[in-house]
Amino acid sequence: MSDATTTTPRSFQEIILRLQTYWAARGCAVLQPYDMEVGAGTFHPATTLRSLGTRPWAAAYVQPSRRPTDGRYGENPNRLQHYYQYQVIIKPSPPDLQDLYLGSLAAIGIDLALHDIRFVEDDWESPTLGAWGLGWEVWCDGMEVSQFTYFQQVGGHDCKPVSGELTYGLERLAMYVMGIDHVMEMPFNDPDSPIPLTYGDIFRQTEEEYSRHNFDGASTEMLFQHFKDAEAECERLLAFDADDPKSGKRIVMAHPAYDQTIKASHLFNLLDARGVISVTERQAYIGRVRALAKKCADAFRLTEAGADL
Amino acid sequence: MPDLLIELFSEEIPARMQARAREDLRKLVTDGLVEAGLTYASAGAFSTPRRLVLSVEGLTAESRPLREERKGPSTSAPQQAIDGFLRSTGLRLDQLERRADRKGETFYAVIEKPGRKAGEIVAEVLETTIRTFPWPKSMRWGSGSLRWVRPLQSILCILSDETGAHVVPVSVDGIAAGNTTEGHRFMGIGRFTVTGFDDYVVKLKRAKVVLDSAEREAAIWQSAHNLAFAAGMEVVPDPGLLTEVAGLVEWPVPLMGRIADDFLDLPPEVLQTSMKEHQKFFSVKNPRTGRIEGFVTVANIEAADGGAVILKGNRKVLAARLSDAKFFWENDLRVARAGMGEWAEGLKAVTFHAKLGSQAERVERIAALAREIAPLVGADPDDAEWAARLAKLDLRSAMVGEFPELQGVMGRYYVLEALQTNPAPDLIREPAPDLIRGLGEASGGPGSSPGRASAIADAARDHWRPKGENDSVPTEPVSVAVALADRIDMLTGFWAIDEKPTGSKDPFALRRAALGVIRLVLGNGVRAPLLGWLRRAMGRHVSDTLEAGQDLLSFFHDRLKVYLKDQGIRHDIIDACLAMPGNDDLTLLVKRAEALAAVMKTEDGSNLIQGFKRAANILAQAEAKDGVEYSFGADPKFAETDEERALFAALDRAEAEIAPAMQAEDFPRAMAAMAALRAPIDAFFTAVQVNSDNEIIRRNRLNLLHRIRAVCSGVADLGRIEG
Repeated sequence: MSDATTTTPRSFQEIILRLQTYWAARGCAVLQPYDMEVGAGTFHPATTLRSLGTRPWAAAYVQPSRRPTDGRYGENPNRLQHYYQYQVIIKPSPPDLQDLYLGSLAAIGIDLALHDIRFVEDDWESPTLGAWGLGWEVWCDGMEVSQFTYFQQVGGHDCKPVSGELTYGLERLAMYVMGIDHVMEMPFNDPDSPIPLTYGDIFRQTEEEYSRHNFDGASTEMLFQHFKDAEAECERLLAFDADDPKSGKRIVMAHPAYDQTIKASHLFNLLDARGVISVTERQAYIGRVRALAKKCADAFRLTEAGADL
Repeated sequence: MPDLLIELFSEEIPARMQARAREDLRKLVTDGLVEAGLTYASAGAFSTPRRLVLSVEGLTAESRPLREERKGPSTSAPQQAIDGFLRSTGLRLDQLERRADRKGETFYAVIEKPGRKAGEIVAEVLETTIRTFPWPKSMRWGSGSLRWVRPLQSILCILSDETGAHVVPVSVDGIAAGNTTEGHRFMGIGRFTVTGFDDYVVKLKRAKVVLDSAEREAAIWQSAHNLAFAAGMEVVPDPGLLTEVAGLVEWPVPLMGRIADDFLDLPPEVLQTSMKEHQKFFSVKNPRTGRIEGFVTVANIEAADGGAVILKGNRKVLAARLSDAKFFWENDLRVARAGMGEWAEGLKAVTFHAKLGSQAERVERIAALAREIAPLVGADPDDAEWAARLAKLDLRSAMVGEFPELQGVMGRYYVLEALQTNPAPDLIREPAPDLIRGLGEASGGPGSSPGRASAIADAARDHWRPKGENDSVPTEPVSVAVALADRIDMLTGFWAIDEKPTGSKDPFALRRAALGVIRLVLGNGVRAPLLGWLRRAMGRHVSDTLEAGQDLLSFFHDRLKVYLKDQGIRHDIIDACLAMPGNDDLTLLVKRAEALAAVMKTEDGSNLIQGFKRAANILAQAEAKDGVEYSFGADPKFAETDEERALFAALDRAEAEIAPAMQAEDFPRAMAAMAALRAPIDAFFTAVQVNSDNEIIRRNRLNLLHRIRAVCSGVADLGRIEG
C-alpha cells in the first residue's frame, strides 16, 4: 500500500488534488463544497443526511469550515477561523477502510515506513447534530492528522448500515507534510508558478477582517433575530403537507429545512464568539439546534434518498 | 489433553479498555467451558492494540457424560401433573420409568447427556462470549449487526493436540474462525498459519508484535531508562502512563528528545501534564538542574532512519503545544499580578448548581465558613478567609481551562504571584464590603509576610485534598480550614436542596466530600461539635436547619462507620459510642471507639459485657414487673455476702476512677477501670441470688445492679455491643 516513490507535494492545492484523485479512483463521487457556512465537513448534507437510511453512498469533498472563536487575526501559526476539511463518507463502511485511509496518506507523500501512524481512541460526538460515533484520532508522529469515525447515530437515528467517515484537517496535514511552520507561509499553488501565491496571500487579510467581525463587529441583535428566524423557518418548512398540489408529487422539504439548521448552528457559533451566550444558555441553544437537526433527519427518512430500501 | 488458542483480531482497541477486556475474556470463556463440563489446567489472556488473546492449556478433550434422574408424580396422579412433568423433562410418556415405592408407583425420568467434544463446546462458548462481551462502549460497522469495541476482522480459534492443530468450527456474523493471523500493521510479513500458543508467540515476534503487555511495559521502561541514563538524565516514573503506552503499540520503540529552551521555565507540572495528556510522553528530568528538560515518546515502528523523522515531528508538535501553554501561563500571570479581579468577576458567570447559585456566591459562603472554622483548627481567621476567596480563582485561568487536572496546582502559583505583587489586593472589598472586617490594610494584607503568603497560596493547592482514598490530608491550618469549609458548604448546600446521594447514585460525589471532612477532622485532631457547623452552614441556604442538620450528621455517622470498619473497628462498637452524648465531635467519638475496641479485645472486657447484660436484663425485668425504676442508692449495710460487699467496694473504686478519667477524656483509663468490674460482677452473680425473699434485700440488690448499669453507661452504651 505504501508507495515509497511518492514525491512530497509542493503546494496546498497539490495535496487536495492528490486526495481528490485518490478517492475518485476508489469510487467516491467527488462532490463540491456545500454553499453555506458550516463548522465542519460533517454538516454537509452529503454526510449528515446521506448517512441515514440504507441506500449505499460514497462521497469525498473539500469543505471550507468556519469556527468563529478560533480567529487569531492571521497571527497564530496554526489557528484559523476559516479553514478547509477534506471529508470522505462511505456507507456501508468497507472492511478495509483503515487500509484505504493509510493509502491516502501515502498518496500525499507520507512514507509509512518512516513515520509513526497510530489510531488513538477518540469517541466523536456532535451535540448540535444529535450524532455520535466511535473511532480514533489518527496520529502521525504524535500529531493528530485525521478523525476516523464509524457513525452510530445521526439526528437521533441509528445508522444502519454504518457509515465510515474520514476527516482530514487539510492545513495542518499539509503544513506537516511540507515542513511549514506558519500556515500563512504555506505555498497555495506551485511555488514555481508565474504568480506564486501563499496561503497568507489569499487568507491573511480575510482572517483579520473576520476575526474583528466575529469578536467585535457582528451585530448580536441581528444574530439573535436571525437565529430565531432560521429556527422558525426550519419548522415551518417541515410542517408542510408532503403532497405538493402544484407538481402533484410527494415532496418533503428536508434539505431546505436542513439549510436553516445549518444557518442556526453557524449563527450560534457567531454569538458564542461575540461572548454573549452564558454557560447555562449555551446548553439551551445547542439543544435548540439539535432539535432542528433531529426533525430534519426525521423528514429526510421520509424521502426517497433517506428511506430504507 | 488439547490446548486452546483464541485470537480476536480487530481494529485498534482503546488502550484503557485492554486490561479489563483480557480479564473478561479469560473469565467468560473458562467459566463457559467449565459449566459445560470441561476442565483445564491453566489459562492466560493477552492483548495488543489489535488483538485480544486467550490461551487455555490442558483442556479435557470431551465433557463427562451426565446422568440426571428426576422424580416425577405418582402414576395415579392427574393427567395434568403428568403432562407438566413431560414438558419439563422433554420426554415422552413411554420414555419414563415406573418405580414402585411405599405409596404405590411413581414416574422417574432418567436423562442421559452424553459427553461432548471440546471443539463443539468451545465453538458455543466463544460465540456467546463474542456476542455478549461487556465492552464499556461498543459499536456496529458496515452492514452487520454484531457489536464489538471496533470492527472485528478475524478470529483464530484452534485446538492443538498430538495429532496437530484443528480449527474450531465457529462463525460469528460471517467471520469464520481460522488458523491464521497477521503481525504488525507496517512491519508484518502478511498472514501466517499458527499451530499453537508457543508457535503463535514466536511467529508474532518475527512479525514485530510483542504479545504480552507486561513484556512491552518492561521493554519500554528499560529502554527509556537507558536512553535517559546515557544523556545523564532520568525518566520520571509514571506507571499509569506506562500501561497506557504499552496498550498503544505492538512493537515499542522509545525515542528521546529535548524540550526547547524557550519552555524550560514553565512550571514542571505544566510540562509534565501537557506532555502526558496530549502526547503520551514520559517526562525526563535533569538531576543537576532538577528541571524537566526532555521527553521520551514511544513509537510503534522501527523506522528506516532510526526514528529521526518521527522524533522531529514529535518535537514540533510538542513545541506547538508548549507555545500554547506558555501563552496561557504568561497571560494568567498578567491577570494574577493585576490582583485576579478578572477571574473573581468571571466566577459570577459560572453556575455552580442552578439551585445553589454561582461559583462566586459559593466562594462567599466558603470564605465566611472558613473564617468560623479557622480558630478551631489553629488558623488565623483573616488568612483563612483570604485563602478561601483566592482558592477557586484559578478555575477561570486559561491554563486550568486547558488542563483541568492542574486546578489548585496553578492556583498556588497564581496566588503567590498575586500576593508578591500586591500584598493587599482590592479583590476582597469589591464583592463583599461587609466582610472586610479588619482585612486589607488594617492587618497588613495577606501578602504582608512571606509565611502568610505561602500558607494562603498553599491552601489554593491543598484545599482540594484529600482527592481520593489514597491521598493524604493537608495539615497546614489555613489549608485545613478552607478544605473543611469547601466540603461543608457543598454538603449542606445539596442537603438543603434535597439532592442527597441515593443507592449507587451520588452525582455530586457527596460521599467523598463527607469522607474528606471526616479524614480532615481526624487527621488533624480537630475538636469541635460538627452539628453546630452544619447547622450554621445550612442556615445560609434554608431557615429550618434542625432536621436537615441532624440528617446530615447521620450521613456523617454512616460514612464514619464505613471508614472505621476499614480501620478494623466493629460497627457495634461504633454504635455503642454513637449513643453517647457529644457524638458530633468526631475526634472524641473515634477516641472513645478506639479505646472501647481495645478493651473489648481483652478477656475482662469481653466478659464484662456478659455481666453487664445480665445485670441490665434482671434489672429491666424487675423494673417492668414492679413498675418502678431502681435508681435509688444501694446501701452496703444490707449486703449479706462477701461477694456483695466486694462489688460495692469495686463500684466505689470504679466510680472514683472513671469520673475524672472521663473528665480528662482519658478513655483507655476509664475503660480499664470499667473492665476491672468484671471479676467482682462475675463473683456476685455466682454467689448471690438477686431475687431474695426479703423484699428490702431484693430492692437493695436491684439498686446495686443499677449502679453497674450507671457506671458502665457513663463510658459507652454497652447494651449495643453484640455477643
